[in-house]
Amino acid sequence: MEDYIIEMLHITKEFPGIIANDDITLKLRKGEIHALLGENGAGKSTLMSVLFGLYQAENGEIKKNGNVVKINNPNDANDLGIGMVHQHFKLVEIFTVLENIILGIEPNKLGFLQRKKAREKIIMLSEQYGLKVDPDALIENISVGMQQRVEILKMLYRDNEILIFDEPTAVLTPQEIDELMEIMRGFAKEGKSILFITHKLNEIIAVADRCTVLRKGKLIGTVDIKDTTKEELSRMMVGRDVLLKVDKKDSKPGNVVLSIKNVTVPSKTHRNNAVKNVSFDVRTGEIVCLAGIDGNGQTEFIQALTGLEKMSGGRITLCGRDITKASIRTRSKAGMSHIPEDRQKHGLILDYTLEQNLVLERYWQPEFQTCNFIKDREVRYYAEKLIEQYDVRSGQGPVTTVRSMSGGNQQKAILAREIDKDHELLIAVQPTRGLDVGAIEYIHKQLVARRDAGKAVLLMSLELEEVMNVSDRILVMYEGEIVGEFDPKSVTVQELGLYMSGAKRQMAKEIEHAVI
Amino acid sequence: MQSFDIKRVTKSKGFSAFTAALLAIFLGLVFGFIIMFAASPENSLSGFQMVLFGGMGRLGDVFYFATPILMTGLAVGFAFKMGLFNIGASGQYTMGMFFALYVGFMWDLPAGIHWVAAIIAGMVGGLLWGLIPGIFKALLNVNEVITSIMFNYIGMYLVDMLIQGNAKMYISTKTRTAYLPDSVQLPALGIANSSVNVSIIIAIIIAVILFIVLNKTTFGYELKATGFNKHASAYAGMNGKRNIILTMAIAGAMAGFGGAFAILAPSTILGSSMTYEPINVIAANGFNGIAVALLGNSSPVGIIFSALFISYIQRGGTLASLFGFKPEIIDVVIAVIIYFSAFAMFMNTVVVKLFKKHKKEEV
Repeated sequence: MEDYIIEMLHITKEFPGIIANDDITLKLRKGEIHALLGENGAGKSTLMSVLFGLYQAENGEIKKNGNVVKINNPNDANDLGIGMVHQHFKLVEIFTVLENIILGIEPNKLGFLQRKKAREKIIMLSEQYGLKVDPDALIENISVGMQQRVEILKMLYRDNEILIFDEPTAVLTPQEIDELMEIMRGFAKEGKSILFITHKLNEIIAVADRCTVLRKGKLIGTVDIKDTTKEELSRMMVGRDVLLKVDKKDSKPGNVVLSIKNVTVPSKTHRNNAVKNVSFDVRTGEIVCLAGIDGNGQTEFIQALTGLEKMSGGRITLCGRDITKASIRTRSKAGMSHIPEDRQKHGLILDYTLEQNLVLERYWQPEFQTCNFIKDREVRYYAEKLIEQYDVRSGQGPVTTVRSMSGGNQQKAILAREIDKDHELLIAVQPTRGLDVGAIEYIHKQLVARRDAGKAVLLMSLELEEVMNVSDRILVMYEGEIVGEFDPKSVTVQELGLYMSGAKRQMAKEIEHAVI
Repeated sequence: MQSFDIKRVTKSKGFSAFTAALLAIFLGLVFGFIIMFAASPENSLSGFQMVLFGGMGRLGDVFYFATPILMTGLAVGFAFKMGLFNIGASGQYTMGMFFALYVGFMWDLPAGIHWVAAIIAGMVGGLLWGLIPGIFKALLNVNEVITSIMFNYIGMYLVDMLIQGNAKMYISTKTRTAYLPDSVQLPALGIANSSVNVSIIIAIIIAVILFIVLNKTTFGYELKATGFNKHASAYAGMNGKRNIILTMAIAGAMAGFGGAFAILAPSTILGSSMTYEPINVIAANGFNGIAVALLGNSSPVGIIFSALFISYIQRGGTLASLFGFKPEIIDVVIAVIIYFSAFAMFMNTVVVKLFKKHKKEEV
């Protein structure tokens, strides 16, 4: 019999209306890196939450070193040596690294904080695993990658030996990802066991020893990485063959549709400008991608472009019309379609029905109203047409409350609405965020179809794979400036990563040259 | 032919809001009874019976007292549909009263037109008092709760001052306004010993119109969209500022109507009228509107019923004093019932859960 440090046996966890985990067994060996792969909603996070004590399973048991244990809350998990790095870090921004690490188990003498001992331990751990973290830096001043290392140090400080990473690479640059992989290998070598949640196949192939695949709450299987391939894994994850590459012809850029000149946008969080003097053009028949690490001004730029926020300088021209100061409605009429970054905050009214959401940008058009009375029947016909054409799935069709729909179908509804509306420019902001492989494939196809139909597409994405696959031209944004312009066919991911992290930049002249 | 499907009815949103309201009312009644029992055990049963059924004998009064709170309920509920908390219904209501009184005393119009003009004047008064917080909210982003509370006081003191300074309207020896001319009093519906008048019909018609505006027009679509998610409505290019101002103005107009309906109601005693006493008190009917709107789930049609219900309970409560209950105890009981009724929203989720559990067991 093999030695397992953690065994999760026949775990079943139900939520109202859905079985999130259905009889799932996962066994973790000591000193291995075990990947947990699955689409969104496959039950990965639920399973890890059960292990970490955030949820209680209805059925099944958890064993540590062969003994049955009961984990009722994260403190129990911690006592058993289980630690977790959450996708969204749980750090106090205005505290130092040291203060964050000792939070909850502060060493004290008669109520007075004893920092010295804690500092020694942190420095020792940091050196041992090559984490290079400064214990006295404030969290708000360090990069996301460093913040993640603080989370990792939190686990080490508590002497955890089973480390759970929940999608740790989503926020990192390619270089930081490589370093994280190295750190994870170091842990495994030291005998710590790692559970690694992800849906990125490359990372699994690169670092994991074994991989457990979940699909729709069910266990598909556990495989050895050395005996498998990316294609095999993706088939297990999705249940069918998936095109990992987007199939598209060369672009044929035509006239300029959108022209950005020296746009500057003030920041809401600090005194500097979030977007500094940005200029570029988007033409018909091309997909231009704005790439960069989250928080480098892309969001502010898109909001200024779409009229959600004001800009402090520059000029925007759409199809020859100056829309610098135009209202959102005017921009929409001038031919701008916008798939927003946050689909639930901006893109949808969750308490409205699907049909009400599908006419969100068009309800005022004569087609849908006479004398300000909405034509219910026209709205219904239109909604039914879009639902069929774009395969938007929901419980009750046009009258489904959008809140009850899945993320993928919510996004499809937005996509249908924005594509079907008259437009010359489609702005898609992270259109595939949080979606599963099947839905991503569909949305990428639609974007390429828009391009081939002679529309201009501006895509903003944080996913490098998407950037490389879909776009015809890449603009890299760093600290509010465009620092490089590339052809995806002649640039590597590593090269892009250097620009995204600010290590390299093209001269303004080079960029201008590249535009021509 | 589509057959009547009971499941479809029970699943609908309106139904669960309705059952929730009923459940809330029931719990309120239970607690009300407990309080009456604690105050006076031997009289509690007969007293409580009065609370429950006393209104039956005075249906005219039930409708009469329901009218102003129906209008202030609409003032709160309509704004709430857009996510605005119009706590200033009292001030708007008082302004409505003043404008109606002013037209009643100072303008000489033929009968048949005079009361109509006074009602419209009342509406304009309330509209102005809703408009100002709306403008503050839209243009300067000042929280409407703060402005409208302040405007309750400003409105009340202003009206008291203006009335006391007007010799034609005010009788200082009696610290109240003079009797209004007959031409400006609303036509009664002819129920003996009751002031019930044509305004309840107007109020119900207004509520139905608001219902249509909310559910059938582009303005209603925008208004509810903004109430649900103001970011998405901005994203869709809706003019949020204009809609805020318009919504607050309409809400104010509703409360203004309410004030006019209350002060212009005919008196049951020949040769007299309703009067306004400038005694520096904020109109309670404005705050009752909040309870009415909550119980009615902010839906104009729901508000018609909740206004009638609250009025009904209040009539019954007044009659319970026949059994030796002090008016204060009765006020407490009514307040408890209304208070629990306001839990309707909370009950809503409870009911939905109960239904779901039940369904699961069936399977």
